[in-house]
Amino acid sequence: MSSSAPRAISVELTVNGTGHTLSLDPRSTLLDVLREQLDLTGTKKGCDQGQCGACTVLVDGRRVLACLTLAVMKDGAAVTTIEGLGNDGTLHPLQQAFIDHDAFQCGYCTSGQICSAAGLIAEGRARTANEIRELMSGNICRCGAYPNIVAAIQQAMGQR
Amino acid sequence: MIDFQYARAGTVADAVRQAAENPGAKFVAGGTNLVDLMKMDVERPAKLIDISRLPLDTVEESAEGGLRIGALVRNTDLAYHPVIERRYPVLASALLAGASQQLRNMASVGGNMLQRTRCAYFYDIATPCNKREPSSGCSAIDGLNRMNAILGTSEACISVHPSDMCVALAVLEARVRVTGPRGERVVAFSDFHRLPEDTPQRDTNLELAELVTSVELPAQGFATNYTYLKIRDRLSYAFALVSVAVGLELDGDTIKDARLALGGVAHKPWRDVEAEATLRGRSPNEATFAEAAGAVLREARGFGHNSFKIDLAHRAIVRALSQAARGTPQSQSNKKIA
Repeated sequence: MSSSAPRAISVELTVNGTGHTLSLDPRSTLLDVLREQLDLTGTKKGCDQGQCGACTVLVDGRRVLACLTLAVMKDGAAVTTIEGLGNDGTLHPLQQAFIDHDAFQCGYCTSGQICSAAGLIAEGRARTANEIRELMSGNICRCGAYPNIVAAIQQAMGQR
Repeated sequence: MIDFQYARAGTVADAVRQAAENPGAKFVAGGTNLVDLMKMDVERPAKLIDISRLPLDTVEESAEGGLRIGALVRNTDLAYHPVIERRYPVLASALLAGASQQLRNMASVGGNMLQRTRCAYFYDIATPCNKREPSSGCSAIDGLNRMNAILGTSEACISVHPSDMCVALAVLEARVRVTGPRGERVVAFSDFHRLPEDTPQRDTNLELAELVTSVELPAQGFATNYTYLKIRDRLSYAFALVSVAVGLELDGDTIKDARLALGGVAHKPWRDVEAEATLRGRSPNEATFAEAAGAVLREARGFGHNSFKIDLAHRAIVRALSQAARGTPQSQSNKKIA
């Protein structure tokens, strides 16, 4: 191994309630660790440049972009992905609302949309449809399902 | 992405020491811009010094009646901080006009200030760019320059500073506290970022291994008559074509004090104290505002694709001054421009 080769770094992550001790190349993004090492492929790689929101997950309860997060920097953090939102075969209210409102076509952005919406609801800053649209603007939907996404989020917020 | 060493800084002094020992090192906090640039091979740090766990994440009242904002306060936390919302709403508004909620949740105050231009040629390592590679040439001057600068440009670089937050900090006359190998110093916000001149590779006047530790706001927050008006290609989650931050102090029908800064038009947040002076003592009306806009833009120069920005900036300045004078600041959720 050349002297410039990165040394693996030990990182503890709690993902969807399960603790993992990982040995990581410091270049690894949280997105790649979730998908390639933990087989949690629900989190999607869209642009990989922080422009589309498909990789949105919750880190310590806050929505962030997994593609721009170096996993080594999140040692000790708790991560929630789309796989961790529902439990025991029960859909999370947002997942059910997205089905109820047909809030997707191809579905590629959907995990990111739902994780982002979960963060949005936890933040408690959005009340009106305008505010939902503004605070969800980091999640791009190329199919253009936006009206139904807003309706689904309103349902989950209990204000349909 | 190239290989890099990774180390966590235990203290500010430790961070500075590690940076001084390795000139190829970079500090990382939110990483929202740096990690992206590393993926593109635009930034190739030998080492990342992780400062994200340093205790620089508080907002405190200062002795002079202002606020001291830790460099690691997240953009969302600052935007929603009750004292910022109440006393410095132009800053809260500018923060919420930038990026997306996910990015604001990650991005730090210091990192926002140190984010690099989004000029397409800076990002494209196949093209010449004096900022990325000094003396290689500027591809934007005769290239696709729609997003580029109209003020303070040089033959070497016409890129713009992309921050919204910094435009508000310019209006508020913030001060930046930094710690370096030779100790601590305070930099006026207007002296923090640089114009490109013939050294566009330097965005700021930070010296080697200096770390931004806090941003200090004076007491005057222009909480009554302010606005942050951002004009862009999409209604949200897009960089500014032109943005205008305004703070006015009115005395009846007379402008007592006026501050005005522009984003999206220059290599740094653009303030023009001479143009501001034309507003003082005058009545807040459209003719007064148009005169100030003309003064701000007297030396503006377009490069073809971006020449429209001169007229756009003129109108945006007049509109923003009107919004501030009326006490009806631009909403960042309802994008209808009042």
